[in-house]
Amino acid sequence: MNEFDTNIPIYLQIMNSIKQHIVAGQLKPGDKLASVREQAEAFSVNPNTVQRAYQELEREGVSETRRGTGSFIAEKANLIPDLAAQMAHEVIRKCIEGMRALGFTDAQIVTEVERALEHSRTAQNSGGTH
Amino acid sequence: MAVILETYSLSKSYFKKSALAGIDLKLESGRILGLMGPNGSGKTTLLKILAGLLKQSAGAYTVAGETDSNRIKGLVSFLPDRNTLYPWMTAADAIAFYADFFEDFDRAKANDMLSFMKLEPTHRVKAMSKGMIEKLNLTLAFSRRAKLFLLDEPLGGVDPVARERIVSTIIKTWTEDSAIIISTHLVNDVEQIFNDVAFIDEGKLILSGDAEALRTERGKSIDKLYLDIFEDR
Repeated sequence: MNEFDTNIPIYLQIMNSIKQHIVAGQLKPGDKLASVREQAEAFSVNPNTVQRAYQELEREGVSETRRGTGSFIAEKANLIPDLAAQMAHEVIRKCIEGMRALGFTDAQIVTEVERALEHSRTAQNSGGTH
Repeated sequence: MAVILETYSLSKSYFKKSALAGIDLKLESGRILGLMGPNGSGKTTLLKILAGLLKQSAGAYTVAGETDSNRIKGLVSFLPDRNTLYPWMTAADAIAFYADFFEDFDRAKANDMLSFMKLEPTHRVKAMSKGMIEKLNLTLAFSRRAKLFLLDEPLGGVDPVARERIVSTIIKTWTEDSAIIISTHLVNDVEQIFNDVAFIDEGKLILSGDAEALRTERGKSIDKLYLDIFEDR
């Protein structure tokens, strides 16, 4: 039931989940978002929390409300690349923070990332069993 | 948003022993409040006063602007922390019983909820498990068109599957023009449905606020916050 990390505001996690769905192509520009109540039931969260997530998404220009019909994914040309860049930035920022906390210098971080990339390439080439 | 509940220095004492020492709360419509605190902190006393089952020693409260305690009873639906149904009753008897008592009781909703809870109308209370009794009582409490729903420990002694049913029923029942108070110490299981939280200890409100704001501010879950606050007490 508890698919959220309750240490972080839940509305932020709902927003991220929707953004991920957009970037991954499961939600397309112009698609209708589930109603607040449906989404609340699906996530097992308070409807106000979903409402808040929808409002913030709208404020960020990710979705738009059409009066009386609900919330839709915004139909903007660069929505997906923008979101992808934003989310990638966030993932990398967390990685850098974590590496710095371990005492790695910037040059060492680059080396580690290159090594990890190399490793995952060879793992993929050998069928991903490694 | 309309104010559903407002309490003003609500207090209760039994002779010299104080059970509630001046509770000031405000709850708006559409909100779900988690009332949390250890055993004996005053949660049930507070809910019983709001339900009109106990009389406060001092202070006052309003429900949907109403101050008359008899009229308030018509606006408040209470789920007690223990079963109050007669053992010989079937689920259908219990529904008929509630329908006789409460003008705002919605039989159709009760029957819908009964099947969602996977309970049979012919099932007798005395043959029900703890979880089934809890689900039946919740069905009855939620089938009223009340303004304020008070759920005293709705998850106590209930297995995880029944718990999930109960949580989703709470979300389904949620409406914009009513409010819900849930008392619990199983914080982790329900904190994601709370808008507001209130921590109570020795009859006093020691911390209250918006659940998401507290997560942002403290960087931790309501569950951890609860442990932090009550561990050293």
